[in-house]
Amino acid sequence: MIVDADVHAVIPSIETLFPYLTAPWIEYVEQSGFKGPVDTPYPKAPTSARPGSGTSLQHLREQALDPLKVDHAIVNCSYAVESIHNPDTDIALARAVNDWLVAEWLDKEPRLRASIIVPSKQPAAAAREIDRVAADRRFVQLYLPVRSYLPYGKRHFHPIFEAAVRHDLVVGLHFGGAPGNPPTSVGWPSYYLEEYAGMAQAFQSQLQSMVVEGLFDRFPALRVTCVEGGFAWLPPFLWRLDKEWKGLQREVPWTKRLPSEYVREHVRFTIQPADLPPDPARLGRLVEQVGGEEVLLFASDYPHVHDDPPVQLLTPKIMGSNAAAFYGRIG
Amino acid sequence: MTIALPEQASTQPVQTALIDCDIHNSLPSEATLDKYLPERWRQHREAFASRAYHGLYYPLASQHAARTDAWPPSGMIPGSDLGFLREQLLDRWGMQYGVLLPLLSAGKQLNLEWGAAIARAVNEWQLAEWLEPEPRLRASIVVPYEAPDLAVAEIERVAKLPGFVQVELESRTHEPLGRRKYWPMYHAAAERGLPMAMHFGAQGGWPITGVGSPSFYVEYHAGQLTAFQDQVISLVTEGVFEQIPDLKFVLIEGGFGWLPPLMWRLDRAYAKLKAEVPHLRRLPSEYIREHMWFTTQPVEEPHEPRDFQVMLDDLAMDDRIMFSTDYPHWDFDAPDAAIPTSVAPELRRKIMAENARALYRL
Amino acid sequence: MARYVVARAEDLPPGTRKIVEVAGRQVGVFNVGGELFALRNRCPHQGGPLCEGRLAGRLEVEAPGEEWEFSREGEILRCPWHSWEYDIRTGQSWFNPARVRVRAYEVEVAGGSGLDAQPAAEVTAIAGTGLRTAGLSALRKGPYVAETYPVMLEEHYVVVEIDA
Repeated sequence: MIVDADVHAVIPSIETLFPYLTAPWIEYVEQSGFKGPVDTPYPKAPTSARPGSGTSLQHLREQALDPLKVDHAIVNCSYAVESIHNPDTDIALARAVNDWLVAEWLDKEPRLRASIIVPSKQPAAAAREIDRVAADRRFVQLYLPVRSYLPYGKRHFHPIFEAAVRHDLVVGLHFGGAPGNPPTSVGWPSYYLEEYAGMAQAFQSQLQSMVVEGLFDRFPALRVTCVEGGFAWLPPFLWRLDKEWKGLQREVPWTKRLPSEYVREHVRFTIQPADLPPDPARLGRLVEQVGGEEVLLFASDYPHVHDDPPVQLLTPKIMGSNAAAFYGRIG
Repeated sequence: MTIALPEQASTQPVQTALIDCDIHNSLPSEATLDKYLPERWRQHREAFASRAYHGLYYPLASQHAARTDAWPPSGMIPGSDLGFLREQLLDRWGMQYGVLLPLLSAGKQLNLEWGAAIARAVNEWQLAEWLEPEPRLRASIVVPYEAPDLAVAEIERVAKLPGFVQVELESRTHEPLGRRKYWPMYHAAAERGLPMAMHFGAQGGWPITGVGSPSFYVEYHAGQLTAFQDQVISLVTEGVFEQIPDLKFVLIEGGFGWLPPLMWRLDRAYAKLKAEVPHLRRLPSEYIREHMWFTTQPVEEPHEPRDFQVMLDDLAMDDRIMFSTDYPHWDFDAPDAAIPTSVAPELRRKIMAENARALYRL
Repeated sequence: MARYVVARAEDLPPGTRKIVEVAGRQVGVFNVGGELFALRNRCPHQGGPLCEGRLAGRLEVEAPGEEWEFSREGEILRCPWHSWEYDIRTGQSWFNPARVRVRAYEVEVAGGSGLDAQPAAEVTAIAGTGLRTAGLSALRKGPYVAETYPVMLEEHYVVVEIDA
């Protein structure tokens, strides 16, 4: 089986969502000039789209699904509802995106699966949206932008994870997000390059939070993917977290195992971007250090451009059987 | 049948020369600095004292973040009693030199002039009560780093005094350290042949992660790695080293295991996004290898011991790694136990003393 | 096997400890609620003075937000350096890696004649230490074990047995 764990569907403009919004919302958009959550971190950078790519289903078929011969591809839509402060707009747009994903993508292409967009600033409302759409088993995952206004391990977010586990959905932490707080603990970087390379720190902070807050102790069936975050940073991060936890575990008494054990069991990583060492001979040891090929998932990240993954990473497990095993609703 | 432990407790000083690149001298009390403060600031201290970013604090795991055996018999707080520090650290381990990094919040004061006053008083205190009585010690110039003009003035003043080997910053600053605001400080340091030294700590007015405020001290402590990574990315990407070729930057108490993957990541990002940063002429990893130094504590503890050498090989910065204990803090690294015995003798010599000797001209 | 008097009984009331030099090593002797324990004053991590550490209880919580269970008050010894935690009764640490690694050294288990030294991973299977496991069964053993010694009260004296 071949599973592409990350392809992108882009909403060209807010008018695209009109068929999925009720009349008051259409009126609001038309009269306020609101363009949707376009205030996001993805500039027109060269990483945003490979040359000749496009945002239509036809492009996706011709340039990703068909050439790679995928059985399934998981569609992620990075529409930044988390950047919206109005609680009702947030909910309305999330619903509209999910309905659009069904109508324009899932219904039109049987190979596709999708991640549910939620109003993550409002965990109870997010849980209701999950409950609304989860009966459609083509939704296999939740989409949470890795950048958030509070670390996802905090108890505040439990309703989201409770709903995910109840519906056998994986939680996908995805590159990006526009929550309104700085991308780093030291303020706002000047360049997109910094934010692009620095996104790994957001993944580190989220994994750290989820582990030490006991999210996996509260929800032992929870599974998380780190999408478009790379993985070469993982070994030293886990060594350090394990080391610190040994002396400071008293503060987080619900954690019963080393942090690295929780990550090895509950978390998977897509391989784009891989941020690999320049020496290809080093790759084998890196894969061992992260816990073996079982923790890696193939993803094209179409249409974003990173690097072509080396052939050694394109094993049958990484290409599909890991995803089939990890996603309860695939395979 | 008796089986002895193969590692024997060391009661002798280590045989290799030893330089400790991270020692924390602390003030015995708030009033200690009064002697070094002008009257106007003495009164300010009594009436208003410290005013830093608030609501971002994480209680420590032990008092003063110290080893519980580092309390001097004199009753003073850990790190404040020079006599006990000599006995428990310098003499106990046979140290040739130690570099002081006081963590006294000058840089994070919201009242910038007050921060400058504290910095000046701390530097005077270091000179009088640490450097003058103890020839093995060297000190770091404390500066109000969020007010670069005031910081430059203090660097210019103190660089002329004996025994100060670098300029000290803390890692969580209000802007990423590569930003233009901080450049005057870097110029001032480089012109005087002084490295900049960024040490673990502080709060810069933001949540301590880029994804909001976490709950626990373990996240504050382990999460410092993300601040170190953010700062390295900023310093390199903003072209600080391209602008100031003589600048040296020491990263203290962040470890370094995270650095090789960061170099790989930054180099690949640069390859894709170089059009955004035409002021850079070299690969990010080249700037890092040429301009940066690291201290060892808290020493990395890979799951498999052989990965320590893999990490050193990935880093390829054998001349830039410097041993540190972080005395008197709880995550202290013992000179005879922290660096794995697998490290080759020549590299061990460099780590334990020679790299620091070269950088600080000891 | 040699037996050493390390203190008079009245010098070691409940809630106190003494660190003594005996048989070429430092040993900490503790009186916890009337029971006596002895451990080597050396943490297996980096060699810190383990017996100078703080004594704490055992905290157990099933999941965040649930009730905290506090037991074994004063029986968990926290190394003064990195705060690693050891059960004062057995020297056993209570955190653990994905794969239990037996350390390069072996810990001697005293408490009976004819017993060979056992690898660290098995030490708590040996009888004679009065091991109480209630409330700790959810945790797996760590690979680090601090050296412990049998200690007993004989008339007015506290006596430690050490294999020199």
